[in-house]
Amino acid sequence: MLKYLLPIGLFTVLAGFLYFGLGRDKQTLPSPLIGKSAPIFELARLDDPSKSFSNSELAGKPYVVNVWGSWCVGCRQEHGALLEIARRGEVPIVGLNYRDDRDQALNWLQQLGDPYVVSAFDDEGRAGIDWGVYGAPETFLIGANGKVLKKHVAPITVEIWEQEFVPLLPQAKAGSP
Amino acid sequence: MKQLFLAAILTFFGLQAFAIDTAPAFEDPALQARYERLARELRCLQCRSETIADSNAQLAADLRRQLRELMAAGKSDEEIKTYMTDRYGDYVLYKPPVTGRTLLLWAAPALLVIGGVIVAVIVISRKSKLPDTDPADPGLGAS
Repeated sequence: MLKYLLPIGLFTVLAGFLYFGLGRDKQTLPSPLIGKSAPIFELARLDDPSKSFSNSELAGKPYVVNVWGSWCVGCRQEHGALLEIARRGEVPIVGLNYRDDRDQALNWLQQLGDPYVVSAFDDEGRAGIDWGVYGAPETFLIGANGKVLKKHVAPITVEIWEQEFVPLLPQAKAGSP
Repeated sequence: MKQLFLAAILTFFGLQAFAIDTAPAFEDPALQARYERLARELRCLQCRSETIADSNAQLAADLRRQLRELMAAGKSDEEIKTYMTDRYGDYVLYKPPVTGRTLLLWAAPALLVIGGVIVAVIVISRKSKLPDTDPADPGLGAS
């Protein structure tokens, strides 16, 4: 009996590992920022280098941080969705213009439309490191209490926004963790 | 011949020394060695299978700059690793810490060896109990 049970048992264990292991999304890394206070950045505004912008100005209100760059193909892909989300006006979108060229970035916004209430210019990628950015585009939802509620890596779509972000909005507004 | 050999060795070590940046990050060789060791323990998350010491990706360059600055600020190895995992998670470390989630990963080699030994013992002890001539196998030439 054991002769049959042992191989079957081993096979089941192996199959279980492979099922869960191979089915897992290994491209998206879990962010250690979820549930923690959003890192504060203070950077020059993309549209006006003489003015600075800090996300601490938005404390008390939920907002979205979208990491983008004019060099980033995925950002072009998601741009239409961002414009639509901005049009709905549920929550303001802050742009973190990551490692970009100012003129090219401004040109991009002029050509494709500007979904951001403001874009911060992170040309050295320092704010990006604080936010654990490893591949633009990345989209974060921050609650009224300043805590990070959600991170999405890869281009966002209206469907992803509706399924994964919108259900969190009441929580984001209430500011409870 | 000797000179050629020396030249070959120097070329090889020259490449090693400048594997990371175009110039050494620190003048102090001890700090430089520590910098290179830490850079080899941190993963470039853009390229996944490379350390930030090996990668030319922008993110790796940024993380090396951050590492240099943290070291220059006098942070300990532990503080630097915490700085990185606070932002990027345990995945940024090439050597994952032993936690409940990674316990199986760390124990896997030992478990495999133990499993192998158990199987070997069973097989050998069974075989050694068999009579020298196996009646089921008439042997060569008998078929």
